Amino acid sequence: MEKLIRSGSNTMKRDLLLFIGFSVLIMVAPQLFAGGYLMNVLVFVGINTMLAIALNLLLGYAGQISLGHAGFFGLGAYISGILTTTFSLNPWLAMPIAALAVGCLAGVIGFPILKLKGHYLAMASLGLGIIMYIVFNETVELTGGPSGLSGIPNMKLAGVSFDSDVKNYYLIWGFTLAVMLFSINLANSRVGRALRAVHDSEVAAQVLGVNARLLKVQIFALSAIISSLAGSLYAHTMTFISPASFGFNFSIELLTMVVIGGLGSIYGSFLGAALLTLLPEILRGANDYDIIIYGGLLVLMVMYMPGGLVRGIPDLFKKIFKPKGGADHA
Amino acid sequence: MLEVSGITQIFGGVTALDSVSFAISAGDITGVIGPNGAGKTTLFNIITGIYRQTAGTVHLEGKNVTGLPPEKLARLAMVRTFQNIELFGGMTVLENVMVGMHTKSSAGLLACAFKMPWSISEERRIREGAMKWLEFTGIVDLADHVAGSLPFGKGRLLEIARALAVEPRIILMDEPAAGLNSQETVGLAQLIKQIRDTGITVVLVEHDMELVMDICDRIIVLNLGTKLAEGTPREIQESSAVIAAYLGDDD
Repeated sequence: MEKLIRSGSNTMKRDLLLFIGFSVLIMVAPQLFAGGYLMNVLVFVGINTMLAIALNLLLGYAGQISLGHAGFFGLGAYISGILTTTFSLNPWLAMPIAALAVGCLAGVIGFPILKLKGHYLAMASLGLGIIMYIVFNETVELTGGPSGLSGIPNMKLAGVSFDSDVKNYYLIWGFTLAVMLFSINLANSRVGRALRAVHDSEVAAQVLGVNARLLKVQIFALSAIISSLAGSLYAHTMTFISPASFGFNFSIELLTMVVIGGLGSIYGSFLGAALLTLLPEILRGANDYDIIIYGGLLVLMVMYMPGGLVRGIPDLFKKIFKPKGGADHA
Repeated sequence: MLEVSGITQIFGGVTALDSVSFAISAGDITGVIGPNGAGKTTLFNIITGIYRQTAGTVHLEGKNVTGLPPEKLARLAMVRTFQNIELFGGMTVLENVMVGMHTKSSAGLLACAFKMPWSISEERRIREGAMKWLEFTGIVDLADHVAGSLPFGKGRLLEIARALAVEPRIILMDEPAAGLNSQETVGLAQLIKQIRDTGITVVLVEHDMELVMDICDRIIVLNLGTKLAEGTPREIQESSAVIAAYLGDDD
């Protein structure tokens, strides 16, 4: 028994070491890849990782689907963008205001729509995403409509303006790593267990005293807040936003990142986001065939790595490096 | 301890329960028996807040708990298990029981995510408490196994350990012996008596007559949605109404 209790704190130590190792790797990456266009792509990997984690908390842990997360991402971007241009607010102030507003909105909407389950929830969240997309397009005097909102200021910290890809890389990844640590802690806690319990058997969780309805709304709001933060960072990095970035397609892409990376795994969300962000760049050389290869790879991955990259890659290594005879027994 | 009065449940046009009343005293093991379709599971679902009844009231330790949701009842120290065990299949055995300690812990979402000192010490307390219940039910060696991969009998024990972690004063078990072999059933009878000996009131729906007659202090018989009889195992065995319901009437 003592051994098992200690094994709990060992798992905690292992998780912490893994996170520190990962952070160091992220921090030295710019030195390895020596800037250029790749830096720009890696900034997007950071933003998409944040978004994938946000959706994974909802889908992978709590088991609640959302096909409208691009809307929360857009809402964060637009609120930040409008506050810092039209109202000349400091980006550091605009970002939490946006996050708070989006969190409150998600909390209010969450109560009615999270009563729905499965396909019905998918449809409701899809509708929600589309409504937000229409709002971005149609409130022209506020958002600039389809032609977008430009002139959004970069973030500044202690006299340094985050106006280059390398600086933005560190800004975005600083936030992304913080979100990762936050989410890992949450996943391995009392609340994270309650979320997974609701996922596996809602009625059993309730019988044990978990207020499933409130918990689902809480996690929906948290997921929206993280998406909004990613949106604000996106707006201040790009300095230009338009509705096209926040449509239904992007909601689906986020869902793909979460599933391909691995449901219920924070590092899986990073792998999914990294793959789906880098793959189109890598396939650029294949000209018109890129979309076919891209689609084909995704189909193969879902077929042969149903647990996502985070579980599929270790399995693959085991298969390759195990002696032939032993592999059958593994 | 638990008082049920005038419970009526109508599904569409079908009356599943018709004005059922009974009282369960603290410290007893009470069996609820009856032929298939008698309304036993429906009754359990109403008492534990999963269904909302058409009419009738439920009082728990003198308090009116009619219509309270299951999560509120858990905080009032009432818990249940399910006929088809409802485990958290993707989690380990230990984690399953740790969820059972939900009402005995309080760290909120932000405290957990920011790893506040009190949430860390609470986490340790939850882990230790959960281990205690795994020992009580004799499955401590399975702590690190994934719950979804357990054989049915062990899954049943896990579900009971998880329910006990809520520290209930009353536990309702829906057919705990269903799907168990005879050896496992003997172990279960032993465990249920042990649970009662710690001061927890036990109510069980059960088809295994041998088990019911062996461990129950009192028995309530339901038939076609009404209460047919109530008494000690001996009284029930000798009741002609009960025999007629189970074996059919002579006429």
